[in-house]
This record gives sequence, structure tokens and C-alpha cells, in this order.
Amino acid sequence: MTQDDFWQGIRGGFPVMVSASPFGALFGALAIDNGFSVFDAVFMSATLYAGASQMVGIELFGHKVQPWLIVLSIFAVNFRHILYSASIARHIRHFSGVQKFFTFFLLVDPQYAETEKRAERGEPVTFAWYLGFAMIIYVPWQIMTLLGAIFGQMIGEPRAIGLDVLLPIYFMGLVLGFRKRDNWLPVVAVSSLASIAAMHFVGSPWHVSIGAIAGILLAACLPLPKRHEEPVTLEHEV
Amino acid sequence: MDSSEHMQLIYIILAAAFATFLTRIGGYVMITQMKRIPPRMEAALNSVPAAVLSTLVAPAFVRGGFDVAAAMLVAFAVGLRVSSLWMLAIGWLVVMTIRYLTV
Repeated sequence: MTQDDFWQGIRGGFPVMVSASPFGALFGALAIDNGFSVFDAVFMSATLYAGASQMVGIELFGHKVQPWLIVLSIFAVNFRHILYSASIARHIRHFSGVQKFFTFFLLVDPQYAETEKRAERGEPVTFAWYLGFAMIIYVPWQIMTLLGAIFGQMIGEPRAIGLDVLLPIYFMGLVLGFRKRDNWLPVVAVSSLASIAAMHFVGSPWHVSIGAIAGILLAACLPLPKRHEEPVTLEHEV
Repeated sequence: MDSSEHMQLIYIILAAAFATFLTRIGGYVMITQMKRIPPRMEAALNSVPAAVLSTLVAPAFVRGGFDVAAAMLVAFAVGLRVSSLWMLAIGWLVVMTIRYLTV
């Protein structure tokens, strides 16, 4: 049963791994460009494991930005994870403490999205499934970072081989996957517009947090659907 | 890069990794301090993925240039019917075709 779940997780995470791999290689190559050693690049992928923020980090480091500002920027890009971890708390309360540690360490965007979808389908969110899904993404992410760093020069200009278009399209696919949820269209519209405005007036990476908060506030203020009359109860735990 | 600069980079990465882990556990720690989730908070939580991911999509659409915007529009249209891997493949084909034709 546990093994089945693990393999089911691996199969589920496989397409994510395929689409994330070019970015792992790209990160490795760009890290070398920005003064990282091969070790530094893999060390960052292994300890942060947060693609978009890793890209931001190497970019700022390459521009000799103050260390505290680099860390703050990475924190800002990853701030959305606070919302993810609050949101999946409902589904993982049966995990042990050690399991929760790994669960949160490995909580990347597609991992969160698939955990929510699995719970929505009524399938059990087991640690074995979660770990299988995570490992098929985490391990290749390190390998691709290493390969990208080693063969950095061979990737050349990412735009020339169309890599730059993959990330936004991938995220768009995730957005579409949630289109059955309440208030999906107004939330997407408001978050999109707010992030564009914030990017223009405040700048990157704050457009991520500002745009997200705009959509979430809207969802909290819109009329509630009928079936939410019974609030979900969470047992108290550490 | 000399060795003190290199140590500084290692410290930056470790600090950033710790900050990232805080974001990943922070929401859980906050929400488990509450006995039950108020309905409006649940509605807010349900909107999180679409809200956050939209902010990673919309600016790229506006700022990516004609080729990226066209590829995203086509991927959006097919994305209502096919898996995300096909969206990526088709979007990539569109952007490469436009770039090939407009060189």
C-alpha cells in the first residue's frame, strides 16, 4: 500500500520533473555566469529548492547586491509558501513531526498544487505519495543543476532555444487546473492586474506578493458559497 | 572570487535556505494555533494557488514581447483541453516558429 502510493507519487511527479529539468539546467548555467562555482550552484539547489527564487538570488549576487537584500528578495519571492503551508495543513495533520519537516522542506509550487488536487479528489494524502512525488522532482533538480553548471556554456542564450517561454506557460497550466474553484475568474483577473501594476510601480519581486494578496483579499470579501456554512475544524497540534 | 568572498556566498545561501524554510513552515505554524478555520479564511485559502500563480503569468504576458504573448495565448487556448506538457510543447513551437520567421 505504502509502496503503491510512493510509485503513484513518482508517476504523478514525472511530468513536473520533465518540465522543471530545463530550468534546473538553466539555473546551473546562469549560476556559473554569475560567479558561482559548480559546488555553490548544487548547494543552493539542494538547500533552497525553489527555482524562481534561486534565479533571483544568482541575478542579485551577480550584480554585487548587499547580502541582506539578496536574502530578503529570496524571502519575498518565496513568501507565497506561507500561504501554501497554511493551506495544506488541513491535509497533512496525520503526518509525524519528522515527516512534516520533510513535507515543508519539499513544498514547491507543483507539489502544493498536486497535494490540493489529490485531496480535492478525495484520495488519501499519504507521506509515501508525497515523498514519491517530491523525490522525482528534487533529485533530478540537483542532477540538472550539476549538468547545467558543468555544461553551462553549451546552453548558450536561453532565448535562442525558446526556454524563456516555458516557465510562464507552465504556471499558466497550473492556474487553469484550478478553474473549477469558487471565484476563480475574479481572483485570477485581480491578481493578474495587481501584479502587472505592482511590477510597474513597485518592482520585482514584490509584484508576486502584492498581486497574490490582492486576489486573496478579494476571495475573502466576495459572498460565500452555501456549502461553507460548516467551518472545517482543525485539531490543535504543535 | 577569493575565499572570504566565497564563504560569504555560502552564508548567503544558508541564510536564504533558512528564510525559505521559514516561509514553508510559517503558514502551518500560524494556522494550527487556531482551533477552526473561519469560512472566509477558508475561501481565502482556496484562492491562494490561482492568485499566486497568476502573478507569475500575467507580467510575463505583458512584458515578454509579441512572440511570448502569442505563444501564451495559443497555450491558453489548448490548455483548456490538453495536459500541461502539451501546452509547453505547443507554446514552445509557436515561439520558435515566430522567432524563426522574424529573424
